[in-house]
This record gives sequence, structure tokens and C-alpha cells, in this order.
Amino acid sequence: MTAPATPVRVFLVDDHALFRSGVRAELDRSVPDLTVVGEAGSVAEAVAGIAHLHPDVVLLDVHMPDGGGAEVLRKVRLVQPDVVFLALSVSDAAEDVIAVIRAGARGYVTKTISGRELADAVRRVRAGDPVFSPRLAGFVLDAFSDRPGAAPPTDPELDRLTRRERDVLRLLARGYSYREIAGELFISVKTVETHVSSVLRKTQMSNRYELSRWATDRRLV
Amino acid sequence: MHRRRSGRLVAGVAGGIADHLGVKVLWVRAAFVALMAVSGAGVLAYGLLWIFVRQEAVTVERPVPARERQQALGLAALGLGVGMAASALGNSTLGWVVGPLGVAIAGAAVVWREADEAQRRRWAGAGARPGWRAALLRVVAGALFVAAGIAVFLLGNLDMGQVQFGLLAVLATLVGVAVITVPWWVRLVRDLGEERSERIREAERAEIAAHLHDSVLQTLALIQRQSDSPREVARLARGQERELRTWLYGPGGYRRPGASDLADAGLTDALAAAAAEVEDTYALSVRPVVVGGDRTLDDDLRALVLAAREAMVNAAKHAGVQEVSVFAEVEPDEVNVFVRDRGAGFDPDAVPDDRHGLEDSVRGRMARHGGSVRLRSRAGEGTEVHLRMPTAVAAVEEKEHTS
Repeated sequence: MTAPATPVRVFLVDDHALFRSGVRAELDRSVPDLTVVGEAGSVAEAVAGIAHLHPDVVLLDVHMPDGGGAEVLRKVRLVQPDVVFLALSVSDAAEDVIAVIRAGARGYVTKTISGRELADAVRRVRAGDPVFSPRLAGFVLDAFSDRPGAAPPTDPELDRLTRRERDVLRLLARGYSYREIAGELFISVKTVETHVSSVLRKTQMSNRYELSRWATDRRLV
Repeated sequence: MHRRRSGRLVAGVAGGIADHLGVKVLWVRAAFVALMAVSGAGVLAYGLLWIFVRQEAVTVERPVPARERQQALGLAALGLGVGMAASALGNSTLGWVVGPLGVAIAGAAVVWREADEAQRRRWAGAGARPGWRAALLRVVAGALFVAAGIAVFLLGNLDMGQVQFGLLAVLATLVGVAVITVPWWVRLVRDLGEERSERIREAERAEIAAHLHDSVLQTLALIQRQSDSPREVARLARGQERELRTWLYGPGGYRRPGASDLADAGLTDALAAAAAEVEDTYALSVRPVVVGGDRTLDDDLRALVLAAREAMVNAAKHAGVQEVSVFAEVEPDEVNVFVRDRGAGFDPDAVPDDRHGLEDSVRGRMARHGGSVRLRSRAGEGTEVHLRMPTAVAAVEEKEHTS
């Protein structure tokens, strides 16, 4: 990974000031190629701040008053589609994870993640690659599984994972990094990234019952 | 929908409907007048709405133009006129309404209006009630109206023996009392409902408070006392996080009470429990991910969970990492579990003979139940233990499904 010439501009959205300052201190202190340019504690503040500061990556809390992270995603993505979101939350319940991913987040990590891993995840979404935690990979595998009794897919292109995508997800769920997956499947890291991007696109666009159910639980679709 | 408090002519019913439907109040009033022509249904509709629609709790200031007031009064008079005209044309129901029963209705209206006022004062929390004498007078006058109206109605319409008249008089009195006390009955029922929901909320709050006290506050106290040992703090925090998460989102927890007990725990719960145990004992993070649905435990799967637990313990002891990944995939004919760490790793061939953990409790246990173990490890690149257990139960279930 080559360090970019200018640092990645990060914006923090979380309604807990304590958590914001913790992340800010951690990123500012130990990660030279990331700078926290601003933070917000509410949906309205976040929308205004992101419009004003134009950050590269927004670290977004899922649970907030007034609609939560999904509301920020919806409002900002209409006007600034180039801003990348990485969801960050204490919850790793299926409906939360799937809901923000479908609202347009490029990845999802839980708040227990270490500072180094968080910085990695930020760089990765900045570079255009999705970040799937093992748990998210497990959810997506489950949502796309063809169990007996599941509704038949309506759009085969979007509602099915290819065999290769399934293999990649399985290895992600086992805790493999992209590089390790590439070695395991004898493909290039670039190909792994392509597969994961394709899975992300399907997760966001597919109308498979499990996905839309989790999303509609949060009134997103 | 709420009845208007300000800018009302009788009880604010028409205004309330206008607010609710977003139309001009004039149209609503006109509709009531039109309904008067249909056997006086306008009065009935108005009365029922008065009873069942609450008045607004906060008085909204509405400037009422003099013209609107005049229009309203005109419409009320028109409604009365329509009623009378209809009765003159021989509608017997209306004859009663504009006759003696009309008096009773007017009396009831006065009493109910007074009840609205009384409720207002209660909401306002005013102890002293100026003008209570006048209020009492109004209530008494209203009650008299009701009684007189009903009495005249009976005398005018009935011609019967004394006994029957006595019975009817008693009945009429009861009806009169019922009509007058309608507002209080309604309030009683509403207060009961409010009290019950308040009690439910209170119980909910108490449950959450009790749980937070038992778990979170205790853990925070422990953390403060152990603050010099980061390892212990991490262990406590992780355990508490897991416990709270289970309570919030898990089966049998706060959101889905009674959904499941640990007595019939499936593979998912058993793996989670094993991971939790290892987390607590070795102060590192073990997050199991299970896909493909749950499976009830049988002897084979129990052995699989125990073997997986042993693999986690090995990783915790020897890998020197903070995190162990556990991934289980349930397939129709087999269950695969992967336990992986990114730690020190080792050369499987160079393991000294005295380390029986892997050989006995993992490989031996799996082999006895028809499963297999694959081990991948290289010094410096971590270790992955792949446990595979074929299952027979699923095949039976599958057959039951298709037949």
C-alpha cells in the first residue's frame, strides 16, 4: 500500500462526544496519513459539516437520534456522491449492519476495532474497496444462501452470488485478509477486491427477501 | 383528532374535524346542518363526537373573525329550523328531537360543557376554582332541563296505567342520570387506560434499571478497582459487553423475552458459550460467526463444539494474539468449523510429544464421532484448525420435508 501524498481527510459522526474524542486522539496520535478534519454529534450537524468540509471518508455511527446514520447517508449521498462512508457501531445485529450497507455505506466495523485496524479500514474504503468484517461476511452469506424454502430470486444477476464470490466471502468470514484470500484461491489481490465490490453492489441493490426484510425493519427501502 | 378549545360555538367538534381534515370549519358546520334533515342525525353525530373525541390539552390561540362567528350562529339557527321543518312535515323522530327531547339535549349539552371546563381546570392543575358557584348553577340547570325534557316527553307520548307509568318514570330517571354523567364515565375509562399504560412504562423502567444495576454498574465498579491491570479491565469490559448484547438482542433477552432457554440451546448458542468461556478465561476476543442456520445439538455436534473450544484454547494459549476468529458453516450434510488466529504459528510436525491438547481432545474426539481435522500452520503466519463433522440428522429432516 502506497501512502498518499496528502493525508486522508476524515470526518467523525457520533452522538457520544467521549467516543469521538477517543477516536480522534487515536487517529491523530498514531496514524500520520489520516487527519480528522471535523466531527458532528447529530444528523443535522453532520449533514452541514460534511457539506462544508468535503471530507474523503466519514466515520458514521449507526444509532443516533433523528434517524441515525442511515439518515445522514441518505441526505449526503444525494448531493455529495463522492464522499465515502464507513459505518462504525457498537451493534453488530444483522438488521443494523445490512441497513447501513444498503443505505450506501462502503463498509462496516464495530467500535471494538483497534486503532490500527480502523486506520486500515479507512484507507481501504478511501481506495474504493469495501470493508467486510467477518461478521458482515457471514450475514451476507446467510442472506444469499439458497436454503430449501427460500423464495426464488427475482433478478438472477443481483440475487445470486457466484461460486467465486461465495468462496471469497467464506474466507472473509474465516478471518482472512484480502492478501491471504488471494493466496488461498490463487488469484490476484485485485481480483479479490473486484469480487468483494461485486458482493457489496449485490448487497446494496438486490431485493432478496432477507436483505429487504432487514432493511425495511429500519424503514430504509 | 382533538376538539377545539378556542373559537368554538358549542363544544369545538366542528372545529376539531376541520383541523383534522384540513377543510374550512364552515363546510363542517354546513354538513352537520344538512345531516339534521336526515331524521336529526346531525345532533346524534355531534353528540357522539363530543363524547368520544378528547378536547385539545393545550389551548391554541385562534383569532375568530366576527364574520365566522355570525356564520356559525346562523348555521346553528338554520339547523334548528331544518329540524323543525322536517318535524312539521311529519318525521316523528324529529318531532321528539325538537320537542321535549330537544330540551333534554340542550340540558345535557350544558352539563357536558361544564364537564369539559372541569377537565380543563384539572389539566391546568388549578386548585382554586373561581366561579364555581356559577358552574354549579349551570350543572343543576342542565340537569333540570334533562329531567324536564324527559318527563314532558313521557307525559306527552304515553297514555298508560299508573304502574307502567311508575316503572317508566324510574327508567326515565336512570336514563337522565346516565345522560348527565356521560362525561364522567368517559373520563373514568380514559383515566384507567392512562394509568395502566403508565404502570407498564414504570415496570419497564424498573426492569431496565435493575438489570443495569446488576450488570453494568457492578462491572464499572470492578473496573475502577482493577484499573492498574489492563488485562483484567479488558476481560471485564468484554464480558460485560457480551452479556449486555445478549440481553439486548439475544433470544430470551430484553427484546424477545421467553424466546428460548439455554436448555435447548442449538449449535450457535453452544459455540457462542464456548467462545465466551475462552474469552473470559484468557482475556482475548473470540467472535464466532455462524452461517447456514442453527442445528439442534446431538452427541456428534457436542463433540464438535468441545473440539472447537479446545482449538480456541490452544490459540489463546500459544498464539499470543488478542483475537481469534471462529467461523462455522452449517450445511445439509455436514458442519464445518474454522478456528483461526494470526499468531505465532508452529510446525505441526515438530510438536513435542508431551503436548496432547491437539492430538487427544481435538483430533481424537473428532475421529471418534466420524469427523476429521485439518490443521494449517506455519511459523509466523498463524494457525487455522478446520473441523469437519458429517451429520446424519439433517438427512432425516430433509426426508421429512419432502414427503
